[in-house]
Amino acid sequence: MAFVQNVPFFSIMLCMASGIAGAMVPGRVARWWTAALSAIVAALNLWLLCYLVPLGESYTYMMGHFPAPWGNELRAGPLEALLAVCFSLIMLLSVLGGMAKLNQQVDRKKINVVCVMLDLVLAAMMSMIYTNDLFTAYVFIEIMTLTSCALIVCRQNGRSLVSAMRYMIMSLLGSGLLLIAISMTYNLTGHLLMENIHESFVELYQTGEYAMPLTVVIGLFFVGLGIKSALYPFHTWLPDAYGYTTPTSSAVLSSIVSKAYLFLLVKIFYRVIGPELLIENHALNLPFLFGVVGMVMGSVNAIFSHDLRRMVAFSSIAHIGYIYAGLGLGTLAGFAAALYHMLTHAFAKSGLFIAASSLADASGDSKRFSDLRGAGFRNPAAGVCFVFGSLSLVGVPLLGGFVSKLYLGDAALGRGGLHMWVMLVALALSTLLNTLYFLKTVITLYRPPREGFVPPPAPPNRLGNATLWIFAALNLLVGLLASPIMDAIKQGLSLFA
Amino acid sequence: MLDIVWAHLEEIVAVLLFGIGFTTLLLNRNLIKKIIGFNIMDTAVYLFLTSVGYIEGRAAPILKDGVTSAQAYTNPIPAGLVLTGIVVSVSVTALMLALTARLYRRYHTLDIDRIALLMKGEDA
Repeated sequence: MAFVQNVPFFSIMLCMASGIAGAMVPGRVARWWTAALSAIVAALNLWLLCYLVPLGESYTYMMGHFPAPWGNELRAGPLEALLAVCFSLIMLLSVLGGMAKLNQQVDRKKINVVCVMLDLVLAAMMSMIYTNDLFTAYVFIEIMTLTSCALIVCRQNGRSLVSAMRYMIMSLLGSGLLLIAISMTYNLTGHLLMENIHESFVELYQTGEYAMPLTVVIGLFFVGLGIKSALYPFHTWLPDAYGYTTPTSSAVLSSIVSKAYLFLLVKIFYRVIGPELLIENHALNLPFLFGVVGMVMGSVNAIFSHDLRRMVAFSSIAHIGYIYAGLGLGTLAGFAAALYHMLTHAFAKSGLFIAASSLADASGDSKRFSDLRGAGFRNPAAGVCFVFGSLSLVGVPLLGGFVSKLYLGDAALGRGGLHMWVMLVALALSTLLNTLYFLKTVITLYRPPREGFVPPPAPPNRLGNATLWIFAALNLLVGLLASPIMDAIKQGLSLFA
Repeated sequence: MLDIVWAHLEEIVAVLLFGIGFTTLLLNRNLIKKIIGFNIMDTAVYLFLTSVGYIEGRAAPILKDGVTSAQAYTNPIPAGLVLTGIVVSVSVTALMLALTARLYRRYHTLDIDRIALLMKGEDA
C-alpha cells in the first residue's frame, strides 16, 4: 500500500484534532489555523488526486481491525479526491475572504468557537465524501447539522437565532427520515457497507422480494437528503439561514454543506442502490420532477427579492434544482453533469456571497438595490468577482456554468423521450430567469449612485480583495479546465458501479 | 390478519410513534413540544432497531460459560447503532434546548410563529 493512500484518514483526523485544539487557543491563532488547515487538507488531497487519476483505480481503506462485512471502511477514488480538493479550497477562500467580517460581527471571545465549527464542518465533509459505511455517514450528517447551526447562529442577533431554529427543525425532520431509511436498509440487507448493501439490493430486486420496502427506502433517502440540501418545496429555511449570518458562514453553508449532502445522495443512488435498479424502479422521476420545478421556482423567487444576499440565496435553490434534475436523468452523463454543476455552483456561489457582503460594505452596510448603485466602482474586486460569479451561473461561455448547462443539455438529449423535452424547456426558462435577475444586479452595480447618496468609505480589506480576485479567476478556471475535470468525474463514477 | 399485527407489534408501534413525533416536530408551534416530538421520533427508530436486532432466547454477545457458538448470541451491531444514535440525539436535544432558551430570553414566548412576527419588527 502506498503512503499516499492514508490521505483520507489523515485529513479526517487532522480536522477533528484541530477542532479540539481550536477550542483551547486564542481566536487569532484559531483563525489562521483554520485557514492553514484547509490549505493543508487541499494539498494532501491534491496529492491523492494526482496519484489516483493516472492509476484509474479506487481503493478501500480498513478502519480498525475488522475486515469488510463487519468493520468500518473508507473508500477513495478520483471523484472523491477531486471533490475533497475543491471543497477544502473553497473553505480556505471563504475563511480568508470573510475574516474581516468575522472579526467585526462575532464576539471577540467567541471567534475560536466559530473556527472550531469550521474545522468540524471540514471534518464532517471529508468523512461524508470518503466513508463507505452508511451509519458513519449518518453520524457525520448530524455533526454537519450541529456545526452548521452554530455557524448560522454565530452572529447572535434575533434573525439569525430564529433562522437557526428553523434550520434545525427542518434538518431534524430530514435526519429522522434518513435514520429510518438506514435502519430499514440494514433490516432488509443486514449490511452497512455500501458494496455489500448493493449486492443484497440487486439480489432482492432480481428475486422480486421486498419490492415495496425497497421503493420506500429509496423515497426516504431522497426526501431526507432533499430536505437537508434545500430542494425546492423543502427550501423554506434557506433564504433566512444564508441571508442573515456572516459571509463566511453563508459561503460555507451554500457551497460546502449542501453539496456534501448531495454527494452523499449521489453515492447512495449510484453505489448503494445502483443506476440500473433506479431506472427500472422509476424512483428517479421524483428527484427529476422536484429538480425541474426548483430550477424555475427558485429563480422566480430570486427575481422578487429586494435584498442582495437573499437574492443570491434564492438562486441557490434554483441551482440545487439543476443538480437534482441532472441526477434524475439517471444516466452516467446525467450524474456526471450534476456533479460538475455541483462544483461550478460551489465556486460561483461562495464567491458571490463574499462579494455581496463586500459590496454592501462599500454602500454603507446596506443590501438594498437602490443603495448598491455604483458599488462596483467603489469596490472593484468585489464588483468583478460578482460579475464573474453571476455570468458563470447565467451560463456565459468560457465560465463554469456554461459548460455545466451544456453537459446537462447533452445528458438530456442522451436520455431522450419526455425527460429530454422537460429538461430542455426548464433549462431554457431557468437560464432566461437567471439572466433577468443577475444582469439586473450587475447593471445596478455599475450605475451611477443615487443623487446625494454618499456612503461612508469602507475600511480597506486587502486580504478580502485578494480572495475576491482568486474567486473570479477560479470561476474562469473551472470552465477552462472542464474536460479534465469531467474526465475525472466520469472515471470516478464508472469506478462506483 | 391479527397474528401478523401481533408478530410485528414492535415495528408497527415504532412506525406509529415515528409518525407522531414527525408531525409534532413539523406542525406544533411550541418549541418545547417540538423538541419532545423530535425525541419521540428518534426513540421510535431505536425501538425499531432494537426489536429487529433481538432474537428470543439468545444472550447479549458477551462470552458466558465458555459457550462460543454464534447461535447462542445476538448480533451486537443493532445495539451499537442504537447507542450511537442516542448519543447523537442527546447532543441535538441539548443544542435545541439552548437555542430555545436563547429565543425565550429574547422574545418571552415559546410560540415559533409569534417569535417570527416579533422578529420582523427588528432590524436585519
